[in-house]
Amino acid sequence: MNPYEYWLAALSISDRKKTLLCKYMKSAEGVYYIEETTLNRFRFLNERDCNTMIQAKKIWDLQGEYDRLLKKQVRLVTCQNPEYPKKLADIPDKPYALYVKGSLPDERLPGVAIVGARNCSRYGEKYAFEFAQSLSGHGIQVISGLARGIDGVSQRGALVGQGKTFAVLGSGVDICYPRENIGLYGDILEMGGGILSELPPGTPPKPYHFPKRNRIISGLSDLLLVMEAREKSGSLITADMALEQGKDVYALPGPVDSSLSRGCHQLIRQGAGILISPEMLLEEMGISGGNFQEKNAEAKKMLESLEDMVYSSVVLYPRNIGQIMDESGLSAQEVLETLVSLEIKGYVQEVSKNYYVRV
Amino acid sequence: MSFSTVLSASMFGLKVEFIHVEADVSNGLPAFQMVGYLSSEVKEAAERVRTAIRNSGLDFPAKKTVINLAPATMKKRGAAFDLPIAVSILLSLGRLDSEAVRSMLILGELSLDGKVRKVPGILPIVAEARAAGIHACMVPRVNAAEGALVEGIDVIGVESLEETYRYLSGKVQIAPETYPAVKQQGETVHGLDYGDICGQAAVKRAAEVAVAGGHNLLLIGPPGSGKSMTAQRIPTIFPDMTLEESMEVTKIYSILGMLDSEKPLIQNRPFRSVHHTSTKAALVGGGKIPVPGEISLAHGGVLFLDELPEFQKNVLEVLRQPLEDHQVRITRSQGSYLFPANFTLVAAMNPCPCGCYPDMNRCTCTPGQIQHYLGKLSQPFLDRMDICVEAPRVEYESLCAKGREETSAQIRERVCRAREVQNRRYQGTGILTNAMLGVQETNRWCVLGEAEETLMKQAFSSLGLTARTYYKILKVARTIADLDGEEQILEKHLKEAVGYRTLDKKYWGR
Repeated sequence: MNPYEYWLAALSISDRKKTLLCKYMKSAEGVYYIEETTLNRFRFLNERDCNTMIQAKKIWDLQGEYDRLLKKQVRLVTCQNPEYPKKLADIPDKPYALYVKGSLPDERLPGVAIVGARNCSRYGEKYAFEFAQSLSGHGIQVISGLARGIDGVSQRGALVGQGKTFAVLGSGVDICYPRENIGLYGDILEMGGGILSELPPGTPPKPYHFPKRNRIISGLSDLLLVMEAREKSGSLITADMALEQGKDVYALPGPVDSSLSRGCHQLIRQGAGILISPEMLLEEMGISGGNFQEKNAEAKKMLESLEDMVYSSVVLYPRNIGQIMDESGLSAQEVLETLVSLEIKGYVQEVSKNYYVRV
Repeated sequence: MSFSTVLSASMFGLKVEFIHVEADVSNGLPAFQMVGYLSSEVKEAAERVRTAIRNSGLDFPAKKTVINLAPATMKKRGAAFDLPIAVSILLSLGRLDSEAVRSMLILGELSLDGKVRKVPGILPIVAEARAAGIHACMVPRVNAAEGALVEGIDVIGVESLEETYRYLSGKVQIAPETYPAVKQQGETVHGLDYGDICGQAAVKRAAEVAVAGGHNLLLIGPPGSGKSMTAQRIPTIFPDMTLEESMEVTKIYSILGMLDSEKPLIQNRPFRSVHHTSTKAALVGGGKIPVPGEISLAHGGVLFLDELPEFQKNVLEVLRQPLEDHQVRITRSQGSYLFPANFTLVAAMNPCPCGCYPDMNRCTCTPGQIQHYLGKLSQPFLDRMDICVEAPRVEYESLCAKGREETSAQIRERVCRAREVQNRRYQGTGILTNAMLGVQETNRWCVLGEAEETLMKQAFSSLGLTARTYYKILKVARTIADLDGEEQILEKHLKEAVGYRTLDKKYWGR
């Protein structure tokens, strides 16, 4: 890591060209000192690239910028660095460099990417959390994108499972987007995980950054789990990239009428693995499944018969009093009273007025 | 005789002030002068009166005429002084005898051809006149029925200035107006009924509890789920208004001239639906001399705010004080005005901008959008909604279900019983319904048993209740127990009340 590498990493020419330049010139320093007049000898550089490089050399304060980077405690790992993740080095269109806050994933340990919809349902949330927690409890590193919804939940689950988790951002590593996940951002670093990005610090999140960063998420991992995805979603882009990179893709099945599971079902149709339980996944990965007990079976025993009846009508998708009434044949008052006692006991939660889900 | 005086009156807010209309006709340069702190519509009376007298076949001599409206310190507004001014001029000219208008109060606007047009505020003025011991009131014919609601005073309805003149000079007799037709107790005239609504059992039950205890109701549901339908039918399950209540409400409508001339007495509880573009003044009342706003028009009935988050935030905030005090005081430099505003607030809103949350298959809103939508409502305002319930999307099956739905009359019967229980309990305390209980009264009347105490303790911690929601739940539970005919609040009552608690924005939309 040196000022020249930072200059090259921040340069706005494609990763492929940066890597090629480095290969010819041996180092970033070498690239920096290429004579302006000899630039056109590199045939893969077009006129715009040459101008960009000349301009960047003029305005870039080599030492000053580098000092600022160090101050932010951001490390720069280029593809020439031995620390650069091997898994990532194998993918086509690999990033020239990664900015890292915290640590990089351990190469010796398996990594699993968990992705899914931002606007997810309680169902997806629950299983994302459970899978992440269980996997991370078995020493698997969970890699995701720190986004709202499935991403954030699975990283939280990984932290609860006492494992390391890594977030690849679509902005600079010093910017937490979305803002609401700032707590998670801090916790990831505290637990020894890492925040990664190919974008220089200070880069704001832009819609076009996200599809690109998805290739890094899948690239850093050995397999990809898609928890909930709509028909056209970023998660499916990630899945496509994972397949391109030769990684295994698993999808969580859901109700067939849920638009949030349609993307997953599409993947399954195309041959993706089906996520049934963390144990089965661990087994398939060659790690023995632990003793993961059924929590619900235990909880049910403590319920009165009326509560049991209502509880069985409450599912992971929000249902309202009317639907529960129809199914259980109880009156509105009875259903409401029972739901409230279940809520007080902590078995159900009211997510919107009179809409309940299982906890 | 050149000087004369006639008694009239004017409204200042809800207060009636008697005004003496004095006229003096003397020799001098012909002129028509009006004094007495008059607003421009009163000043314009000069032209109307002069033309009306001439067009009624009476002579208006070219003399110096001075009109004074006393007391001179009060700003006079409105057109109701036309008729008394005309009568006082006729008195001054000697065409009428002052005996004829002794102990008589006169009100009415004149048109140029001498017809007497209707004026607002007749009912409170006549009532005040009777209290002051005045024997008769002369009012426009269209307003006569309204004035006749006050018993023990003669109300003479006149059609034109000419008729007035002939009556006062003793040439014709006009019989005092008789008490207008009113509906009998128990007779329904709404035309709306809860029997019309299929399904929605939870919403109907919530409305029943809300009315029984005078609680405010918030309906949340997707578009087209029947929120407005439910709200419109809420007045039909209220107990009938007593005559006293009817008179109070009718007076408010009288001030705004909103009464029916045939059936002036308002006996159906008002239902006021306010559009979300309303201003603060329209809602609580306002103006230089304040007139009652929508919340006073909803007195004794229902104020319905549809699309609650679309209201301007500051407009909703002005409702907070009247919701606590059941009246509204509007203060202006020349005095403060008190309007009654004891209404049941019913509000309706969608759960999110598109209306489909939490159905993720339909909802297209991001959590940010939902938060923003809810952010338009302040938590203090939401905390004033005692009962919050979801109005679910109506499925086709329940729409054509042939099941027999409960009618409004059946629900009203239960509500009346619960209200009677409350009346007995709060006799002599000035409290009418459970919703009006203060903290001390709540502690006194909403005593919990041991099991119930434990339940509330659990609920308090596991559901994150606040002190305010805690008391709201107790009060609603009290109402549910009253509906059940139970002396003691039981666990099931508390649980139902907890289920109705207002939404907490923290847990919504995540």
